[in-house]
Amino acid sequence: FSLSEALADTCRSTSSTAACTAAAYRGPSSANFPPMPVWLTDTEYRVLAAACARLIPSDGGPGALEAGVPDYIDTLLGAFTFDPPRIWAGGPSSGRHGGENGFERFHRLGRLDELAWRMRIEGSAGLAEREFNGPVVGWQERYRLGLAELGPDFADCEPGEQDARLRASPLTELMYVHCCEGMYGAPEYGGNRDLVGWRAIGFAGDVQPRGWTDDEVARP
Amino acid sequence: MTRWPDRDRPAVTADAVIVGSGPGGAAVADVLTQAGWSVVIVEKGRNHLIDLADPTRLLYDFSNDEIKFFDRWFLGPDPMVEPRTFRIGPEDGERLHVGEVNSIPTTVGGGGTHADGKVPRFREEDFELLSRYGPIEGAEVADWPVGYDELEPFYAEAERAIGVAGDATANPFAAWRSGPYPMPPGAPMYGATLSTAAAEEVGLHPYAAPTAANSVPYDGRPACNNCGFCAFAGCPIHAKGDPVALLQRALLSGHAELLPETFVTRVCTENGRATGVEAMDADGTRRTIGARVVVLAAGAIETPRLMLLSGFDHPLIGRHFMVHFQTFGFGTLPHRLHAERGRAVTHVHDDAVLVDDDARRAAAAAGLPWLRGGLVEHGGPAHPIEEAKRYPWGARHPKLMRASPMRDHLWGFTMQGEDLPQRGNCVDLDPDVRDARGFPVARVTYKPHRHELAASDHHGQKLLEVLRVMGANWSGTATSPSLRTDTQWHDDRTSIVPASRHVMGTTRMGDDPATSVVDRYGAMHALPNVVVADSSVFVTSAGYGPTLTLVALAMRAAGALTG
Repeated sequence: FSLSEALADTCRSTSSTAACTAAAYRGPSSANFPPMPVWLTDTEYRVLAAACARLIPSDGGPGALEAGVPDYIDTLLGAFTFDPPRIWAGGPSSGRHGGENGFERFHRLGRLDELAWRMRIEGSAGLAEREFNGPVVGWQERYRLGLAELGPDFADCEPGEQDARLRASPLTELMYVHCCEGMYGAPEYGGNRDLVGWRAIGFAGDVQPRGWTDDEVARP
Repeated sequence: MTRWPDRDRPAVTADAVIVGSGPGGAAVADVLTQAGWSVVIVEKGRNHLIDLADPTRLLYDFSNDEIKFFDRWFLGPDPMVEPRTFRIGPEDGERLHVGEVNSIPTTVGGGGTHADGKVPRFREEDFELLSRYGPIEGAEVADWPVGYDELEPFYAEAERAIGVAGDATANPFAAWRSGPYPMPPGAPMYGATLSTAAAEEVGLHPYAAPTAANSVPYDGRPACNNCGFCAFAGCPIHAKGDPVALLQRALLSGHAELLPETFVTRVCTENGRATGVEAMDADGTRRTIGARVVVLAAGAIETPRLMLLSGFDHPLIGRHFMVHFQTFGFGTLPHRLHAERGRAVTHVHDDAVLVDDDARRAAAAAGLPWLRGGLVEHGGPAHPIEEAKRYPWGARHPKLMRASPMRDHLWGFTMQGEDLPQRGNCVDLDPDVRDARGFPVARVTYKPHRHELAASDHHGQKLLEVLRVMGANWSGTATSPSLRTDTQWHDDRTSIVPASRHVMGTTRMGDDPATSVVDRYGAMHALPNVVVADSSVFVTSAGYGPTLTLVALAMRAAGALTG
């Protein structure tokens, strides 16, 4: 079952604007994130954090900064500085609903997996084995260029100016996808710190091995 | 099994080599090993299912992890190293899109691992559309060389083998069956309790979906605990009827070997017979696997690709590619539905499959002799990252996520619409694009027939009626592939690629070697010891998920081999 096509369709249409009504929210608003980039420079990290804060702002409820989204993105860009690389968390449970914490045991990559993820993150870097369909620009390069184009002064700009630069940036679309992952994905990947992303929307996240009772499935 | 050295790596010989470890390949492996045949199962993806050193033990690599399954291709194929290409027709040039095209998993267990396990049988008429309803211009509708009655015992065996929960009395339009389902249905999702009531009010006949997820402990595996990560994710506790039970039994017979991360590069032939396959290991080492019988179960895109890579030349290889033409009806409800709890889809209805008076009128209005929709699944979206990406960035984002009109308040229907077989819809080898191993990738050329569009229009209206009765604030329909032509949509190349993972028809089954690639048992007319055991053999697409039917056909084909 997949409604994704339908959703894509709808969210591009104007009718969804009418449908998307806001709800008031009063939640925790603590900003507690140690800037410890594993791949980005400190300057890049500062620009990234400021950009993420515009893409998913805090509005009383938690935003990208409270969730540690910049750390999620930095961890992704530097996935191969970890062993095993932080690409796929393990299974079958996280320990948050019973069971052991298997998520922390990241999977080892197979040869083809590693090739794919190095191409995606590092680009083809002129290596023949990565250029079977031509050169590939990796995420590291896109972020490095994109963050530089947002400007070293980005973090100190007025919000209106920041949004204007984000709207003009070729990095924004990719960065927003990563923001969504870091905000609402499992915390083992570096974001969703203290589960603030899930808590803000009332989402339980991973539930193994508890699961849901038949009653919880069938009733309001 | 005997082995002997060759220049690269020891060659292997077996009675049969099976390409693909999904439901089709697993079913064949099970039947052959129970008959004492030695088999080698070759799987190009990784193994996250069974401990191959001790097949009594299962692996626990799957989890409730949206990032891993939805954003990072854990089940494969990763389009970076195994892309496919797509175009609507030759007028588009060589291709419109390179990347993800129908990512049915490449992993041990194949498509069985990611499906939410809806495993309906086809109905009697699905095998004889031509003789019951007649031809449709521009399509090559044909009867199957096998009928429901002959297949019924294999359906029953397939349901027992993978474990299916269902209610044999609940669907008034179901084909006859020789016995009940092995298990009763599981818990209904809350949203489905609302949509089934509304559907009944407008005259439809919803019922508990036949589901390959254990409602009670079954065959040594636990009951499903409703965790909600069913569709497109692997089951963390092995409660799903992916082919784990079939593979485990084959491996425990002592007659089977499973080689993961091994890619078959070609089928070897000599004097009109296949002699085995040539394969490439993860590290690029080539090896030969000799066999009396070669079974192709790589799915309806990769099976014809392998035939073409092997130089097979029947003009219909890759032709008649079919997907299900999906029609969505969806709407937001005033209250929350928590669709992340439960088995992704617990209820369905068959009314849109029927060629009734309404459908005949709609067909006549569209200048068609008849039209058929497909199974309609009731369900809602479960995952917040998918939802988040749909909303705009900025101040509205956190508000929309909390209000959740596109997830927690959304309910909808997916019709798996019958897709007519057309000669021009095909899988072939892309002339330029390569996979990481250096082989030409599969190119899909696909354009829906106007039958699909008319059926979608007709049945889509009915779905909106159900949503209105449910009390939806607003509702709408959409299709995949998209038919919209507004600019934003048109720029989004991925939306032109059908989202359905149900691929079929590319090595059509039939009695006449001029109009079909394989015979009624899946054996190639031109190479009788090459047997296709996946949905490539389907003659028409029906409006039902292909898994149970392809497993039943695979079991029948394997039985024909062992005699």
